[in-house]
Amino acid sequence: MNYWDRNIETIGREELAALQLQRLKETVARALNSPYYRKVLGDNNLSPDSIRSLDDLRRFPFTAKDDLRASYPRALLAVDREEVVRMHASSGTTGQSTVVYHNLQDLENWTGLVARCLVMAGATRGDVFQNMMSYGLFTGGIGLHYGAERVGMMVIPIGGGNTHRQIQFFQDFGTTIIHITPSYALHVSDVIRDLGLSPDDFRLRVLIFGAEPYSEATREKLEQLYRVRALNCYGLSEMNGPGVAFECGMNEGMHVWEDSYIVEVIDPESGDLLPPGDEGEIVFTTLTREAMPLIRYRSRDLARLYERTDCSCGRNFRRLSRIIGRTDDMLIVRGVNVFPSQIEHELMRIPEVGTNYQILLDRVENLDRMTVRVEITGRTFHGEVGELRLLKKKIEHALKEEILITTEIELMEPGALPPSQGKAKRVIDNREM
Amino acid sequence: MRVKQISVFLENKAGRLWELTETLREKELNIRALSLADTSDFGILRMIVNRPEEAFDALKEKGFAAAVTEVLAVEVPDRPGGLAGVLKALNDDGVNVEYMYAFVEKKAGNAAVVIRVEEVERSVSVLAAAGVTILPADEVYNL
Ligand SMILES: [Zn+2]
Repeated sequence: MNYWDRNIETIGREELAALQLQRLKETVARALNSPYYRKVLGDNNLSPDSIRSLDDLRRFPFTAKDDLRASYPRALLAVDREEVVRMHASSGTTGQSTVVYHNLQDLENWTGLVARCLVMAGATRGDVFQNMMSYGLFTGGIGLHYGAERVGMMVIPIGGGNTHRQIQFFQDFGTTIIHITPSYALHVSDVIRDLGLSPDDFRLRVLIFGAEPYSEATREKLEQLYRVRALNCYGLSEMNGPGVAFECGMNEGMHVWEDSYIVEVIDPESGDLLPPGDEGEIVFTTLTREAMPLIRYRSRDLARLYERTDCSCGRNFRRLSRIIGRTDDMLIVRGVNVFPSQIEHELMRIPEVGTNYQILLDRVENLDRMTVRVEITGRTFHGEVGELRLLKKKIEHALKEEILITTEIELMEPGALPPSQGKAKRVIDNREM
Repeated sequence: MRVKQISVFLENKAGRLWELTETLREKELNIRALSLADTSDFGILRMIVNRPEEAFDALKEKGFAAAVTEVLAVEVPDRPGGLAGVLKALNDDGVNVEYMYAFVEKKAGNAAVVIRVEEVERSVSVLAAAGVTILPADEVYNL
């Protein structure tokens, strides 16, 4: 196992706790320089002195996405504006977007965390890294870019889209590692097949997935399609972006860089802290960020922490499970909680249908109706009505087992559904709330 | 004996049907017999064309989900009870007819019908024994 920074990556739990405590106090002190935290922490009589042990973090209020929106543009900035060297912003469709500021040290720290992730994935000097994630205000592309350069890889900053060119570059530049969203990876694999090419024509050895939740079945499918390892990268723009947690591949889950973040899991309804092993909303506190510290930020991502902290890779950082959904992705259909990732997971197990799907929700006579559109594949169509009826039944049954509600299945022609590029939009909700 | 039928999966969209016929027209392919099996949410268009392999490739290229199925084409006397005679022979022998449809053109005063059965071999002998004329593929494509 290779490390980017052996000393910090193999730190013991006790030493880590001491480091976290020290950094938490510094974080609170820095946060008090921002108008937002000066007010919120002042109202609650909280200061660095309130922290005697890590448990004291529980006395601090959560910071929500809405607090970031309400702080637009600068109420969370904790350093002079002149010290800031970069900003990123989310593309919020509702309300204002959220802005995150970085000073030079913040970018240096972020790059270091990403470098740790990439080395953990087996990346090394000389690798060719094709970054197929969007650049710009979105952090996915730019975040891994600098980490990959720091490791010494040749970076191809191609961004998302233009699939034929992407595949041409695989061949022309001998790409070994790609960073991509799972939905785009599925699309690219379709195009590779349509071009009459196969993974043997490339030198790919690792896929790094980020930016959207997906199922284990999708990962397995993609590992088979590309015949390489696929590793999960987790991050969120409020915590810099990609590089918050990453898979070592030895055990399930992604190690969270706990020297830089304190991670908690809470019940999204009550806000109560949950023990490791329980599924809930992930909450992060930054420990090193200077320009914009965030305390107990509610990620809206749902996952759980593994109970064991030791790992055969030598790291003792807690592992986070795959993201099962987002609190705001969660659909409530006939009173039942449904995540698109559950539907995706089931569809991936059915070889007769393609990889694109769409979920439509509408209301008929005051009852929710859920329709799932899937594409049949040209290879499995034999011309019989009965066979298609059976396929519909099979999908309907599989979904009912998983999500406990009955869905209507609509079979579509191959290519009829919009191919997903970048962040996939899979749900169309026409219900009037 | 066996005739190649092209089946195409169609969502219920009128535009796709037009695209399909355009695809055939571009290749100067001629439809000899046609049937649209329509369910509540999708359809399957079945057809006999003069050059089935070519039609299959052209449709695939345009992104259609298409399949080739083997069917039988039989001559049916053009008089009351003509079709019943053919079906009786199959029914008496327990052969299940999944679907059937007629050709546009007649052959020497007789109608021609496409029959899809599961057991093609057995149907051929049953029909032959009953004196039904089974049309050879070459003749069918050019009917
Ligand atoms: Zn590990």
